[in-house]
Amino acid sequence: MASVCFYFQVHQPFRLRRFSIFDRGADYFDNPANQELLRKVAAKCYLPANALLLELIERHAGRFKVAFSLSGLIVEQLQRFRPEALDSFRRLAETGAVEFLAETYYHSLAFLYSRREFAEQIDLHRQLIRRLFNQSPTVLRNTELIYNNELGKAAAEMGYRAVLCEGADHLLGYRSPTFLYTPPGVPGVKLLLKNYRLSDDVAFRFSDRNWTEYPLTAEKFAHWIHQINGHGFVVNLFLDYETFGEHQWAETGIFDFLRHLPDAVLALGDNDFKTPSECAAAYDASGEYDVPHMISWADTERDLSAWLGNAMQSNALHELYRLEPLVKERGDEALLHDWRRLQTSDHFYYMCTKHLADGDVHKYFNPYDSPYDAFINFMNVLDNLRGRLGRGP
Amino acid sequence: MSRAALSDRKDDVIMRVLMLGWEFPPFISGGLGTACFGLTRALDHLGTEVLFVLPRAVASPEGTHVQVLSPASAAARGGAWTLPGMFRHTQFRAVSAALQPYARPEEVDEADEAAGVPGGRMTPGGPRRRRVRRAATKAAVGGPASDPGGNYSGDLFAEIERYAALGCAIAAEETFDLIHAHDWMTFPAGAAAQVQTGKPLVVHVHSTEFDRSGMNVNQRIYDIERAGMHAATKVIAVSHLTRSIILRHYDVDPRKVEVVYNAIDDREDDGRPPLPPITRDEKIVLFLGRVTMQKGPEYFLAAAKRVLEVMDNVRFVMAGSGDMIRRMIELAAEMGIGHKVLFTGFLRGADVRRVYRMADLYVMPSVSEPFGLTPLEALSNDVPVLISKQSGVAEVLKHALKVDFWDVDEMANKIIAVLRHPPLHATLRDHGSFEVKRFSWLDSAANCIKVYQAALGAPVS
Repeated sequence: MASVCFYFQVHQPFRLRRFSIFDRGADYFDNPANQELLRKVAAKCYLPANALLLELIERHAGRFKVAFSLSGLIVEQLQRFRPEALDSFRRLAETGAVEFLAETYYHSLAFLYSRREFAEQIDLHRQLIRRLFNQSPTVLRNTELIYNNELGKAAAEMGYRAVLCEGADHLLGYRSPTFLYTPPGVPGVKLLLKNYRLSDDVAFRFSDRNWTEYPLTAEKFAHWIHQINGHGFVVNLFLDYETFGEHQWAETGIFDFLRHLPDAVLALGDNDFKTPSECAAAYDASGEYDVPHMISWADTERDLSAWLGNAMQSNALHELYRLEPLVKERGDEALLHDWRRLQTSDHFYYMCTKHLADGDVHKYFNPYDSPYDAFINFMNVLDNLRGRLGRGP
Repeated sequence: MSRAALSDRKDDVIMRVLMLGWEFPPFISGGLGTACFGLTRALDHLGTEVLFVLPRAVASPEGTHVQVLSPASAAARGGAWTLPGMFRHTQFRAVSAALQPYARPEEVDEADEAAGVPGGRMTPGGPRRRRVRRAATKAAVGGPASDPGGNYSGDLFAEIERYAALGCAIAAEETFDLIHAHDWMTFPAGAAAQVQTGKPLVVHVHSTEFDRSGMNVNQRIYDIERAGMHAATKVIAVSHLTRSIILRHYDVDPRKVEVVYNAIDDREDDGRPPLPPITRDEKIVLFLGRVTMQKGPEYFLAAAKRVLEVMDNVRFVMAGSGDMIRRMIELAAEMGIGHKVLFTGFLRGADVRRVYRMADLYVMPSVSEPFGLTPLEALSNDVPVLISKQSGVAEVLKHALKVDFWDVDEMANKIIAVLRHPPLHATLRDHGSFEVKRFSWLDSAANCIKVYQAALGAPVS
């Protein structure tokens, strides 16, 4: 039996407005642009995709299940700009077939810089998920699936039963992401590894006419899933939710693909759908997944280089986290919230210089013409925030 | 690309190009001369035969990396010479300003009329004779504003006409497949040679009158540019920016205008040990170029003033000379930043390298820059660059800061960021000095050859 485990990431940052060294005042965020973008994504993805998932869940009477991870910032923006989209997530939660995962409220890289901040953001997020969806997450996913052994250990200490991470070839070797693993010496936590081949078939290759498997049908994909029988238990399909309707436009047939997938999967053998916590409960770990260095689901490198690949990114992150004690001493909620919104990983992603000369930049929803502009803007905002702490530049 | 071009060429018949230039290192090391040199050397390397016609007798200044025969020995060989070691397939011919035209004036007039030059003739000493601003004819750091040595004698239009006539004479005695003329001063010569020989003409636009003069266009120069572009079988623009000016202001058929970007030679090690690091508290922001309207020096000073409102330990260096230099000195004083701005005057050779290496940031605030070689030079000297979006080089350079030339606050914002954040400086420098290695004259030459092939295949207009 093969269990398909869907997890969709839902996140949008608070993008910064153009902030010059000569700017005064403390409004850092580009509300008009963020609102416009959110409306667009909600119309193209969140609303139609949620409606489809609801339809599928109802039609299959509990046999079709998915998991979401919503950052705190997407929730805040939906509340402000698109409350009906948030309601559609609530309706999904009410079906009982949708699991919500734990993550850092601010979609941050806090685990790399401050364990205290990391724990506080996870806790803020738990409260939010309980309030919104009446669930207490038991499975953790860190920002961009950034993971190492230390994170596995920390998750165990925080009481999580499972953690999602990337199934990286160089760590798996001959082993397969279709099995479950544990961090070395931490038997209490199961690791669910992203099946990047099958996930990327949907996320990146679905509409690629040069791909030999084009067009990808639900039946063909279900057959590939079925083939893991005898070689594992789970097919972990971890995707950005914007894959549906935004990265892959509706015209590509991505919604039809999703619409037919449950029938196609359930038609073969005794295959089923499980949420991450159900997978962790149902299957034993097959061994240890040893991750001494940080991995992520980003780019081909599957490492931290998208956020920490150059001196600007490292400088910006260090300068930001250096302010933690000052910000927290201050006891100013607005200041704390601003400081935390600056932690969102996207700000550092926009500063990435990898492959820039090839034109293969991190373009998606990127408000900047160049990574240098992203850095300059961020540092000007940080300067202003530092000024609010009484620290001159 | 260059390697592919090389192997392509093996199957082709060797092409011979009559190249009409105005300046060539070391006589004037401006942008046009530098580009002609780089392109010709790369064409030569790819096996294209070039006969390069220069408008004046050739001197051989000391301290240059180019070996040139002296005027005396060049003259002894009938005005033609070669540069073995550097060029294999290239021959040079000087056309001395002192020489009388070989061809009769009528021939030139016919050619001009055929090329569509309104009014046809430019008679030496005739009523239409007029002096034009010399600064407009010099590129980049190249020329001192006034040149008592006299690279250009009195009347530029008379020179152009002499050059056209001489070009025709050379065209008559040489065999070649195609004519390639660089910028407006050689266009009449190119058009005349085209009429005389029936060979296709490629004109290469390194700058237009609109770039040099803003909207104060010299009608006579504009007419010459326009006639040359219309007479040509193919037009090469140094950027899409320039191509769009050609289409918009000169009404040229878009199908015949191609973009070939400039490049930069690999940095040549001068064999000297690097300068010891300068220990200083001050940061240095550099402007280097002709101090003319086109280069936007006043925007540099306005940005400097804004920077100095925020930080004090900065010095702004304005290297170069030009018709706006006095005005700029006065402007800096009026703004109250005179003590923070250093005017070096015209720099050459080792001093240029030295000033680049002292700089923390190079700024090119050009109002209209067809390409812009100096940012590439700065990057190859490990200096990060801030360039105006109104430049051709901004189309191709990724690891550079970019700003609208008129957006003085944003220019200052970016200057301050580079000076205050060493990681930004380092990232720009490291990526930029790597990126600049991708600009190769061999690629430019290979693209040029494609244009030649298209011109040879096209019906001659």
